[in-house]
Amino acid sequence: MQTTEPLLRVQGLAKTFRMYHLDSMLHAFEGISFDLHAGEFLLLKGRNGAGKSTLLRTLWRSYLPVDGHIWYRSQLGMIDLARAADVDIALLRRQEIGFVTQFLNARPRVAAQDIVAEPLRLAGHAPDAALEQARHWLGEFGVRPELWRAYPSTFSGGEQQKVNLARALILPQRLLLLDEPTASLDAGARAALVRRLADLKSSGVAIIGVFHHPGDVAQLIDREIDLATRVIADDSERIDHVAL
Amino acid sequence: MSIDMSVSPAPLLPPQLMQTEALLTMRGLSRSYGAVRALRNVDVTVYPGEVMGVVGESGSGKSTLLRMMNLEDTPDRGDYRLRLPDRDDCNLFDLGRYQRRMLCAHHIGIVYQNPHLGLLMRHSSSGNVAERLLIAGERSFDVLRSKARDALDASEFPLARMDARPAELSGGMQQRVQLAKAIALEPALLLLDEPTTGLDVSVQALVLDTLKRLQRDRHITMVLVSHDLGVIRTMADRVLVMRHGEVVEQGLADQVFQDPQHPYTQQLVHAKL
Amino acid sequence: MSLSSLTKPWAATSYGFLDASAKRELRRKMLKAIAVPGCQMPYASREVPMARGWGTGGLQVTLTLVNPASTVKVIDQGADDGVNAASIRRFISRVSGASETWDTLGASIIQSRHRVPEETLREDQILVLQVPNPEPLRGVEPNMSIARQMHADADYGRLWLTLYEQLVRKGRIMQGAAYPSLVNGRHVMTPSPIPRWDVPKLNMAKHLTFLSAGREKRLHAVPPYTKVEPLVFSDRPYRVEDHQQLVCRRSGIAGYFMNEIPQDDGSSSFEVSDSNLGIKAIRRAEGETVDIGQTWYRGGEFSA
Repeated sequence: MQTTEPLLRVQGLAKTFRMYHLDSMLHAFEGISFDLHAGEFLLLKGRNGAGKSTLLRTLWRSYLPVDGHIWYRSQLGMIDLARAADVDIALLRRQEIGFVTQFLNARPRVAAQDIVAEPLRLAGHAPDAALEQARHWLGEFGVRPELWRAYPSTFSGGEQQKVNLARALILPQRLLLLDEPTASLDAGARAALVRRLADLKSSGVAIIGVFHHPGDVAQLIDREIDLATRVIADDSERIDHVAL
Repeated sequence: MSIDMSVSPAPLLPPQLMQTEALLTMRGLSRSYGAVRALRNVDVTVYPGEVMGVVGESGSGKSTLLRMMNLEDTPDRGDYRLRLPDRDDCNLFDLGRYQRRMLCAHHIGIVYQNPHLGLLMRHSSSGNVAERLLIAGERSFDVLRSKARDALDASEFPLARMDARPAELSGGMQQRVQLAKAIALEPALLLLDEPTTGLDVSVQALVLDTLKRLQRDRHITMVLVSHDLGVIRTMADRVLVMRHGEVVEQGLADQVFQDPQHPYTQQLVHAKL
Repeated sequence: MSLSSLTKPWAATSYGFLDASAKRELRRKMLKAIAVPGCQMPYASREVPMARGWGTGGLQVTLTLVNPASTVKVIDQGADDGVNAASIRRFISRVSGASETWDTLGASIIQSRHRVPEETLREDQILVLQVPNPEPLRGVEPNMSIARQMHADADYGRLWLTLYEQLVRKGRIMQGAAYPSLVNGRHVMTPSPIPRWDVPKLNMAKHLTFLSAGREKRLHAVPPYTKVEPLVFSDRPYRVEDHQQLVCRRSGIAGYFMNEIPQDDGSSSFEVSDSNLGIKAIRRAEGETVDIGQTWYRGGEFSA
């Protein structure tokens, strides 16, 4: 279902952190513009500190942009994520936009399979079917069956990351933001992740990713954006002192 | 649908997609106690199913705001609406004492920091829960018993002690009885006023865990007031930051904690990190 | 016409002991009490030649109602011949010229402490109950101002809660007398310390009942044909005392509320509490022609 209209159109996006206690500004990036269509895979490149993660978090709205637009074609209509109401962002996060980090938000006394099944349950799937799918994906990512009913808060970092990925990718979203999801993954789980991303991409999910080792996903990448060329401050002098 | 990317609308308010209707809307709340201005023109919106965290130091007005939500107090100015099924929309501050009591009994649950405010210490724990149901008109002893038991169970209260007096229970258990009382009638809105302040850290974690479970399983809309940013960070979807009776910042919880906009919020967040 | 012909001759006391303004106030409060069944009306409570707590509230209501054509019956725990009952009855007749009687059927005003007579009262009879504590909420809310608000809001959750607690702790409701009852679906009253046995007699009764507390200075009323429902859980039925099978040792009648008389050997024997009913039954057994009215309980079962 390819359309000529982009799913996401970023225009002149800029992010600056104003730190009152230091009486200073920190420029992350500015003038970022790009289009993303359904089914496209966009890789964000750049050195450490170039603002790759900051850009992802700005798209996700953990960070508020200071300028520019993030036009997103949601199923409910066009919306500028840069200015949208919090409640709309919350809704889109539940239904259309996914954000995958390296960290699992493990909650005490919730079993791995229940954490993974939760997005399906919230989307209205039957409990049994959701649980079955959850077990399938836990298996896909290489979590041993004896751990499925255990509480991930006690798992090792690598195992937690597998549960995290299974949960984040179980329900197809329309836009997926990936923040170094392969870090600390073993080879098997990495392969499963690439397979799942390929499936999602071919079903029309648009993906923006930051990867430590882009080679893992080389065959999926359609385009790259190199943030280094757009960054104003160098990593070593990121704090730009300006008169306030 | 055609997309006109060249025209960028510049509305004053963030454009909101239309389908999410607010559960709670408060507009222009102001309240003075003598010379103290406890609330200054406060606006709050709470959406169904979310946890709204309210943070601020002592005297910032956050508890006053919660008391207003529980209709315990009336502001000098302001409008308060709850969108409830089978109820006409009106400013709840216009309601009389009786109507307020019935509305709160049916639709609003509250857990206070001080269990003496929320519990009858000389009655049984199950009786404290049953009182809520009795006010709402339940007259079957067996139904009262089983509903009280269910609510206490959902609050992870040990049922073997359901007829013990709260005065004989630990602080954490007393909070669970308050919680059971608050959720016994499946309220539309659950108000939590520093529910874990003063508890041991381990007990606090257990009570918060129970709250998270309730939120996950029953999708109860909650307003959580706390001066403890850790509690708010664990629980809240959105956060309201108050200072000197004013709302200085509000936003998604991750945004307020990761990218605070107001100098006071930055100070608050950095002090805790 | 002269001033002396318009002036009544001097008398030591007013008719019916209470002065006209006191009676006027009481009449107004009594009418209000009838208008809002079960709602407590405050009144001034004048001095009468009797100590507060010995039936002064009932006495003031009776003195306001009484006229020379009245026939007055006064009972204390069901008995007409108690010292207190006899004194009050004699006082009323002396200050009003009303007739005295022991017979429920012949009385127009019945002042009572702790009992409702067993013979069914008629529309032309008035029952005046002496009440020590008119406030059903006293046990749950000591602050009178808040209790009044609770009545205004029909906020009886705490009262229900005490009944719940009794069931939880004892397995049954322990309230023996003055059982809280909902009047006309609106106000909860405490029906003086009458036993549970007597509360159903007030429900949809033909007669008018006044309940007056002289020490507490409040009165309330149950007008004729008004619902009086004891507070009970829908699945825990209201139970009266188990007196159905008891037989009066003197009159031989059974199926009425009995006084328990402890015996030296540790057992108990019983006498009917409504003493004039027992007297009439004995006279009838001795061959006299005695008129015994219809009773509320028949064969120990309530049937009104």
